[in-house]
Amino acid sequence: MLDGIASLLSPVVAQADTASQAYLLEARQMQALSLGVHIPLVCFGISFPAIVLFVEGLWLRTGNPVYKQLAKRWSKVMLILFAIGVVTGTILSFELGLLWPNFMERWGEVFGFAFALEGVAFFVEAIFIAIYVYGWDRLPPRLHLLSGLPIVIAGIVGSSMVIAVNGWMNTPQGFELDAQGNVTDVDPVGALLNRNLWHEEVHMYVAGFIVVGALVGAVYSVAWLRGRRDHYHRAGLIVPLAVLALAAPAQVVIGDWAARTVAETQPVKLAAFEGLHETTEGADLTIGGVYVDGKVYGGISIPDLLSLLAFHDPNATVQGLDSVPAEDRPPVGWVRNCFQIMVGIGTLLALLGLWFIYVRWRHGRLPQTKWFYRAVIAAGPLALVALICGWIVTEVGRQPWIVYELMRVEEAVTGAEGIPVGYATLVVVYIGLATIALVMLRRLARKPPEAETAAGAGDIKVLP
Amino acid sequence: MLEELALIVLLVGLTAYAVLGGADFGAGFWDLVAGGPQRGARMRGFIHSAMGPVWEANHVWLIFVLVMAWTCFPNAFGPLMQTLYVPLFLAAVGIIFRGSAYALRGEAATISEARSLGALFALSSILTPFFFGCAIGAIASGQVPADGDPSRPFDAWTGPTSILIGVLAVATGAYNAAVFLAADARRAGLEDLAEAFRRRALAAAVVAGAIALGGLAVINSDAPELFDGLTSGLGLLAVLASALAGLATIALVARGSFEPARYTSAVAVGAIVAGWALAQRPDILPGELTLDDAAAGEPTLIFVLVGVVFALAIILPSLFVLFRMKLQGRLGEEAAPIAGTTTEEGGAR
Ligand code: HDD
Ligand code: HEM
Ligand code: HEM
Repeated sequence: MLDGIASLLSPVVAQADTASQAYLLEARQMQALSLGVHIPLVCFGISFPAIVLFVEGLWLRTGNPVYKQLAKRWSKVMLILFAIGVVTGTILSFELGLLWPNFMERWGEVFGFAFALEGVAFFVEAIFIAIYVYGWDRLPPRLHLLSGLPIVIAGIVGSSMVIAVNGWMNTPQGFELDAQGNVTDVDPVGALLNRNLWHEEVHMYVAGFIVVGALVGAVYSVAWLRGRRDHYHRAGLIVPLAVLALAAPAQVVIGDWAARTVAETQPVKLAAFEGLHETTEGADLTIGGVYVDGKVYGGISIPDLLSLLAFHDPNATVQGLDSVPAEDRPPVGWVRNCFQIMVGIGTLLALLGLWFIYVRWRHGRLPQTKWFYRAVIAAGPLALVALICGWIVTEVGRQPWIVYELMRVEEAVTGAEGIPVGYATLVVVYIGLATIALVMLRRLARKPPEAETAAGAGDIKVLP
Repeated sequence: MLEELALIVLLVGLTAYAVLGGADFGAGFWDLVAGGPQRGARMRGFIHSAMGPVWEANHVWLIFVLVMAWTCFPNAFGPLMQTLYVPLFLAAVGIIFRGSAYALRGEAATISEARSLGALFALSSILTPFFFGCAIGAIASGQVPADGDPSRPFDAWTGPTSILIGVLAVATGAYNAAVFLAADARRAGLEDLAEAFRRRALAAAVVAGAIALGGLAVINSDAPELFDGLTSGLGLLAVLASALAGLATIALVARGSFEPARYTSAVAVGAIVAGWALAQRPDILPGELTLDDAAAGEPTLIFVLVGVVFALAIILPSLFVLFRMKLQGRLGEEAAPIAGTTTEEGGAR
């Protein structure tokens, strides 16, 4: 998957065709690769603690040891993924400086404050995740549950702060430029609370729950189809499915909000979402289809819908790509196709969630057909695809700017000659990392859960 | 004034990383030299269990340093990354290996798996501090120009001073680790391991001290300005304080008082970091860029400093709880031998 993303992105850059610096291409792919590795992991950092705490809470309320087994098992997964999230995040921190030194030099003081808060949040997260995971059976149950709360809060705060930086790159604010173009009058909080922050944060946060719900749900669906339907596996299935079922329909609404904000803040990006060439009054929306070389093949065109969706007015004027010179346009093919994939998958996931809710609500049970579980198994990887596509939409849609309309990527990139070597190294490292992590998680999954007795009583440990 | 405050905060973070993160890396060093799979198994198991709960928290200091550097001193951060990209990239890769090998080794099923992960873990534990040390040596010896220079990917950080600081970083890490592990072993009631680490700590202290002293000669010829700064005025004071704290640590370790030795060894590291800053005052990139020129604007500095105060109000109590619980043995797994005898599943547990 990882090198897939890298090769996936190479045509993007070829299309963008702005490389004036020697290794701009490789630098961008390297950045995208590392983000593509980090982001799926941090979905677990964002949502898994809350889910694990919920299951532990069930244990405390019901006293049913199955919930404790499940929470304990999941917390171990959480710790492994957190550790890998930490190292990949560290790579990203280095990369910001190693690949884009001029970006950091010029703008670091504007958005740095958000990163400082992010650092604090991850500090808290690292501390309490250790207390929580290593503290099972050593802390009194209620205190143990409480020790998990800071992880949840820190996950939200930390990811909001990173997103704030990304939002700022898309809608830069909180500073002035003097006549020479130097940054002055920095307002760190104003930069942090930028216009794109809100929808990006909410959309990403919900995406975290969707991805984890779908992936964990997929794992337990496999077990379900293989006939493992005891209480433990049942709980392990229902919890992620409920998460998915609640989050996925909400995401459609949030995504609409995101698109409407982009229509205002980054009209050219919106035009790229839809492959809209000319500025149009009452613009049509084409659903589906594939965009190749300036044309959409296939797809259904609905009159005025784009204007309606973007501005809630069927006659509104939507700015087209032709409103800016060709060298200021993003690579439309990538942006539009990825956008369609995300929206398509988002719709399917929402339908899957509604199916689950309907059956539970009408019949008070799980869906019986095997097709439901097969669909959930497919939903796991699909959610990941939607996540990555969404980020490609946001990031490639911002091209050719690193700071929207203020700094181009080729001004930001390093002049270092060693980039291709570093890139190749990272590809190998990430493949190795992913392989090892998968093997280890599989192994963890094969171990029988630790035997737990009823709530509160002493534990009998099954030594592996 | 604000600039100096921000620098102090940055250097405190750097010291914390050098001591706590350095000790983590040092523990990897002792893992590497713990002996064959049979003989070293107990020591490896102990090292693993002693570090389990705290390594991530220790590691976050690095993120803190990076973030402080690019937010408060962006004009130094840019050229620094551009010039020293090779050692910094290598250190970052080392961190990936180390973190993941460490996180995953607990799940290894067979001896050979545990051993290869262990080797990766130990090797990257040595290379990472070495490359960080080299980068610091390159800054201190004035190899980083104010507008960055990516054209010397290897020359910039392989001068005598750089290599010296790299080796010194590995040695002090090993030394700190031995002190910490001895204290942990004593607390766990493992007197034989405490004694083993006591001997290792003393050996490492002698080595680190010798490198530091011999290193002064190297610095004198390679980076005379740095040498002058370290041997006069406040710089000299800091160096002497460091030496004194180092000697005190050796005496404490020799007597077996590991607990106070933890703190004196931290002071020794902190003093030398302070000495470095004082020696190259008022420059941040010696001979090239002053602290004031490198710094971000006032509003940013103020916000970050106020933020740091609030952050410390949250982080310090949390860290206190974590370390206390660890010291009371309320966290963590039992120390079980690593890569000892094979059982079908639990070889690594
Ligand atoms: C599981 C993942 C997932 C799903 C199902 C969806 N999205 Fe999404 N989308 C993301 C995951 C994502 C993301 C987390 O990858 C992005 C990248 C940046 C961001 O804020 O969220 C994103 C970005 C993003 C943007 C660009 C925001 C910007 O550039 O500022 C828009 C307009 C949408 N999405 C719209 C939608 C719509 C209309 C969806 C509904 C059907 C949808 N998304 C489903
Ligand atoms: C350029 C982009 C990014 C950088 C530089 C970055 C940096 C980091 C760093 C340094 C860490 C490790 C913190 C630690 O040591 O504990 C980390 C972890 C984390 N990051 Fe990122 N990150 C980036 C993108 C993101 C994004 C987009 C998100 C999500 C919204 C995110 C969410 C997280 C979370 C939740 C963690 C905690 C680790 C985990 O739970 O797996 N990061 N990141
Ligand atoms: C969270 C998930 C993210 C993903 C998957 C992602 C994806 C990408 C992609 C695909 C590119 C390459 C664009 C191109 O080559 O056309 C890119 C570039 C970049 N992203 Fe993001 N991005 C994410 C978040 C962030 C965040 C949070 C930051 C900053 C804090 C950030 C900073 C950058 C930078 C500096 C570049 C390089 C310059 C550029 O090509 O624009 N990204 N990212």
